[in-house]
Amino acid sequence: MRRRVKFAAVISVAAVLTAATSCSPTPEAAESKTLKIVYQKTDSFTALDTVMQDAKKEFEASNSGVTVDLQPIQANDDDYGTKLALAQRSADTAPDVFYEDTFKVRSDVDAGYLLKLDSYLEKWDDWGAFNEAAKAAGRADDGGIYAVPLGTDTRAIWYNKSVLQKAGISVPWQPKTWDEILTAARAMKAADPNVIPFNMYAGKGTGEGTVMQGFYELLYGTGSSLYDENEKKWVVGSQGFTDSLAFLKTLYDEKLAVSPAEALDANVWKKVFGEWFPQGKLGATVEGSYTPSFWQKGGAYEWAGYEQEMGVAMFPTQEGQDPGGVSMSGGWTLAVGAKSKNPELAFQFLTTALNKKNALAYDINNSQIAVRTDVASEPEYLAANPFVKDVSDLVKVTHYRPATADYPRISTAVQVATESVITGKQSPEDAAAEYDATVRKLVGEDKVLEK
Amino acid sequence: MRRFLRLLPVVPSVLLLLLFLLAPVAWSFYASFTDAALSGRAAKDPQWVGAENYVRMFSDDSFPLAAWLTVVFVAASAVLGQNVLGLLVALLMTRSRRAMASWVGTAVVAAWVLPEIVAAFAAYAYFNREGTLNQVVGAFGGVGPDWLYSFPLVAIVLANTWRGTAFSMLVYRAALADVPRDIAEAALMDGARGWQRLAFITLPLIRSSIATNLMLITLQTLAVFTLIWVMTAGGPANASTTLPVLAYQEAFKFGDIGYGTAVASVLILLGMVFGAVYVRLLREQRP
Repeated sequence: MRRRVKFAAVISVAAVLTAATSCSPTPEAAESKTLKIVYQKTDSFTALDTVMQDAKKEFEASNSGVTVDLQPIQANDDDYGTKLALAQRSADTAPDVFYEDTFKVRSDVDAGYLLKLDSYLEKWDDWGAFNEAAKAAGRADDGGIYAVPLGTDTRAIWYNKSVLQKAGISVPWQPKTWDEILTAARAMKAADPNVIPFNMYAGKGTGEGTVMQGFYELLYGTGSSLYDENEKKWVVGSQGFTDSLAFLKTLYDEKLAVSPAEALDANVWKKVFGEWFPQGKLGATVEGSYTPSFWQKGGAYEWAGYEQEMGVAMFPTQEGQDPGGVSMSGGWTLAVGAKSKNPELAFQFLTTALNKKNALAYDINNSQIAVRTDVASEPEYLAANPFVKDVSDLVKVTHYRPATADYPRISTAVQVATESVITGKQSPEDAAAEYDATVRKLVGEDKVLEK
Repeated sequence: MRRFLRLLPVVPSVLLLLLFLLAPVAWSFYASFTDAALSGRAAKDPQWVGAENYVRMFSDDSFPLAAWLTVVFVAASAVLGQNVLGLLVALLMTRSRRAMASWVGTAVVAAWVLPEIVAAFAAYAYFNREGTLNQVVGAFGGVGPDWLYSFPLVAIVLANTWRGTAFSMLVYRAALADVPRDIAEAALMDGARGWQRLAFITLPLIRSSIATNLMLITLQTLAVFTLIWVMTAGGPANASTTLPVLAYQEAFKFGDIGYGTAVASVLILLGMVFGAVYVRLLREQRP
């Protein structure tokens, strides 16, 4: 025993020594200031990294003595959010400028992570160029602006023209109701049993993708919704919720979508973009307006023929009721950390990263819908890919997620309901009932609305 | 004075243990009584909520399921899998030829020396729908199921058994080497069969090694996270969500630090109960 203790002591001394040498603080010179920039970068999402590298060069050239420390986080959306939130818990690790999902803005403002930008925006001439919806994206409950959007997005049906034509469906294709989607999907299955006719994400594996590119397109097309913005209450017991689950059940039961096992794989979307669409194995799916960014030159899955092969259609409402289509929008912003030691400089960096030149480059490379009116009217932006106009028009029928602090858990409850239905664990009615029970438990009786 | 000097070398390690082990445990225990969160109002100013997180835990369906899965996972992969297989391999190695023994030893230890994340990816590649196992099944004309989806618990139990058997094997090889030959030979003269010698001579002699080994692998297996997270991420539909996976999901996916730390606290308690039982077992057999 005694020997073991001695050994432990030696180890701990060694640990202390290594710890001490590895994190010796660098003394800060009087003139030199460092700005810490945190954003997301993955092997298929490098557009923002490019913008940040350019902005760093520009900013350092015009502000001598300032070092811009870029710290990209390599993670998916969920993990990026977690890492960012953990970094923001302490002033020592909190970033000065960071990439923030619009639906997290309100809850992160409540947490005290974001700096109020109103007084800075007043002095920024370019702010007038942002459209009204974009300005609202960064607004918190107190009416102040805390974040500036990089771009926005919409969701639509993306389809492979060859697969549809083989099944005798004429293109351009625009289904008017859910039934028309099923009819077309069954025709594709009959024409070639090896294709996946119409996929919609489901289950917890694809996370927010399940609800943003799938379930919400169904739910918001039934006349129901997730949350009542006027009453500020969550909707439970709606027929639309059950109907939406039943639609997914039909897709998966009739094998019109991928197998449930494939659906639950978090990487299924990589196959959608990287293999199934380019190889003509997938008829159609619901995906974001950023879809071309994967296929265009420099994208993660370059595909020269995508402009001719692919088509885009609006997702229809359940029975074709007004307004005839549904889309969901999200988008990301840049924000300044509330704990920043140099808020003035941090805001200046933000304006550099979002100036017209950088915003244009970002919107084109990442197939984003422009939020700056001066970018939206640039011929280069409009000609970036053949789908810019189609997906931009969807802004008219789009919906936003309820950006409350409860939202992430409610979203997971929805994902769980879809997972139970496509795996056959529960019927749509039972899964909807369990969702209602979960919501009541999560937010409390006084914050739900029976519809 | 001399006594104090004797204790002096221990001071740094005790301080470090307090700082890096006890402090986080204490903090986690404290946080489990608050509504601490990653975002929202509670992130700025966590409130004391008493036992609310614990009450919620027992009314939540996912917690009892996770606790049960944890017990099954530990019993099947550690107590049965690693422990029995490790003993078996060690026993066979004492009888086999040297070349065979070293070959088997290397193969078993290979899984142990891999970093956990690498072992986890290897296991994922093995059990995957188009993985090694199903290719082997396919070579014989069969069609394998999607193991990670249809039998997630079986897959993680087998993977953890594969990864951890080496540790038990090494412990038992050392223990068996200490079993005096003359006792076994005397039993042989008395006409004891192979299994009788194992049950009445060998096992009682290595009892303390068995207890130590069980304690270590139980505590290790209770904490297994990476392996499960990479292979199944707790799915499908929570079918392989053990307590560490549940704690991670609650704290870092849903940002509910309070609830996540409450789950972690229960896990720590569970580990302490197991530890106490084994320590008692160890003490009882000392003459």
